[in-house]
Amino acid sequence: MVTAENVTHLDEQLSKPTVYATRTVKDTRGYRVFYVVNATLLVIIAGVTLYPFVNLLAQAFSSESYINAGQVNLWPKGFNVTTFNLVMSDSMFWRNYQNTVYYTVVATLVAMVFTTTFAYAISKYHLKGRKVFIGIAVFTMFFNGGLIPNYVLVNELGLRNSVWAIALPNAISVFNLLVMKSFFENFSTEIEEAAEIDGLSTYGKLWRIVLPLSKAVIATMILFYAVSFWNSWFAAFLYMDHRELYPVTVYLRNLIAGATSVDGAAGSAEATQIAANVKAVTMLLTVLPIVCLYPFLQRYFVSGVMLGSVKQ
Amino acid sequence: MSTDGVTVGSGASQAALAHDPAPAVAARGAADAPQGPGGRAARKRRGGHMTWRRALRRDWQLYSLLILPLLFFAIFRYVPMFGNVIAFRRFRPGGSIFGEEWVGLHYVRMFINDPTFWNVFQNTLVLGVLSLVIIFPLPIVLALMLNELRSQRFKRIVQTISYLPHFMSIVIVAGLVFQLTAIRGTVNQIITAIGGEAIGFMQLPEFFRTIYISSEIWQTVGWGTILYLAALSTIDPQLYEAARIDGANRWRQTWHVTLPGIRPTMVVLLILNIGSFMAVGFEKILLLYNPLLYPTADVIATYLYRVGIGSSQFSYATAIGLFEAIIGLTLVLSANAISRRVVGASLW
Repeated sequence: MVTAENVTHLDEQLSKPTVYATRTVKDTRGYRVFYVVNATLLVIIAGVTLYPFVNLLAQAFSSESYINAGQVNLWPKGFNVTTFNLVMSDSMFWRNYQNTVYYTVVATLVAMVFTTTFAYAISKYHLKGRKVFIGIAVFTMFFNGGLIPNYVLVNELGLRNSVWAIALPNAISVFNLLVMKSFFENFSTEIEEAAEIDGLSTYGKLWRIVLPLSKAVIATMILFYAVSFWNSWFAAFLYMDHRELYPVTVYLRNLIAGATSVDGAAGSAEATQIAANVKAVTMLLTVLPIVCLYPFLQRYFVSGVMLGSVKQ
Repeated sequence: MSTDGVTVGSGASQAALAHDPAPAVAARGAADAPQGPGGRAARKRRGGHMTWRRALRRDWQLYSLLILPLLFFAIFRYVPMFGNVIAFRRFRPGGSIFGEEWVGLHYVRMFINDPTFWNVFQNTLVLGVLSLVIIFPLPIVLALMLNELRSQRFKRIVQTISYLPHFMSIVIVAGLVFQLTAIRGTVNQIITAIGGEAIGFMQLPEFFRTIYISSEIWQTVGWGTILYLAALSTIDPQLYEAARIDGANRWRQTWHVTLPGIRPTMVVLLILNIGSFMAVGFEKILLLYNPLLYPTADVIATYLYRVGIGSSQFSYATAIGLFEAIIGLTLVLSANAISRRVVGASLW
């Protein structure tokens, strides 16, 4: 007899994941205790992971005297936004912020062109020499030239003080390359064959058929590259000689190391005093784009990692 | 898309991870050739007997796509590899990047007789071992904990939060470390609250290892769970049922079903970790340390940076770097060989 009650029961059963369907035995008391402890621990872990960010946010909006007195933890004290105005009005900060955007865009573009073309070519099983090309790429994962030979090379090529010192030496990440390769390998051969019969060349197939149908993996790869270039600092630190050329990460590094100060406060007695607050605000502005986009992009990253490792 | 190739059912993707992970591609056999009607004949015709001239004529457009990336690999990956010869040759700034004249093992002898080198070598080993012993098991534990959660929503929230630090620039991480360990920072607030004296953490070498490992845990452990969670989701539920019928309680189920189920993933990640053993967080240490912390914080990579870039002793620094890279390569090769014999799972 089908009553409303029965139906909801059935619904519940159907909507439960398969794991629960097998859990017919009632949990023992010990397991229930474990479950509560486990859940509590995970809440604590999540809290500890988030805390540095909350603390950063609180410091960014606090007045300096409270920070120096060690009273700022979870919530701003002496709320103010004057430091924001100070940092935002620093022309060097904006200059460096723009540089970061520019370097990220150029380097990501170069990286995507290089990675996509190589991945597409080595995804074709019939290509003669395919294994050699794959081997050339994979070997570099286990052995590389090291810091000094790379440094000498970039200088020798005259890439110093240009965006190419950042973009070219990191144009292909072998991990990303293998992710794209495995994606292209699973691409439907029928579609490509049909396109070939319709008279498309290899370039045409790649540009007009494969790429438009690979938006998911391309978006993921762009994310991987863009985040890594946005976050990178060392290449710029090595190869850029002028403050005007730094990305914002190097600006921040120098601020933290005490090697630079915000223009508005430079030279004055309060320069050292406002330091903690200025650092917090600068850090906050640097991570802002990533933190804002993060909730929307996270699942693409996860699927990219899975694609790259579980499958190959 | 990620399920396309999984035809054997659960466990297949793990098997793929164990025996055929990304770096193993080069070693894959001809079994990869396209399937489908005429596949065998096509392989014979295309694969084995075609001359380069014919291959080039037919696939020249594909080969043209390879030109730029191959140039990249040649110039920015292989030239620096050969550039390592300046470890055995005298290099003059402005001269050839391959050095001027042979000096044999001069620079190798130099670092073997350099007391600072042995100090940084020791620091590298300590930090490497600590990372391996402490950080490697934590993602497994966290993944097992997450796996026990029944509320999918709760699980997703914890995962999302734990991944977040992975996306932070190392500069931000260093900034946060300074912020938390400052004399009035949160850590010292806690210490003074329970009656201790505030500690100047970033001036005392004895705290550096703790700080470094803690920040590594914070930044990497959550992200490290992804692969384990993926492996956990492929374990056949029937195995649990069978274990329960045999009278296994939850701990025994974890021990006899869950852990063996993720063992291939563990082995592969362990090998990769051993491979990066010597390359302990160069950028992070460079950002965090100061001369006061050198006794525990200075590692091969940072010493090499100071000697090479700081003092322009390019050949000497290259010799040190080459030594480090060869140890790393040896470690990964031997770990892989041992694991293939003992556990049956390997990178290639």
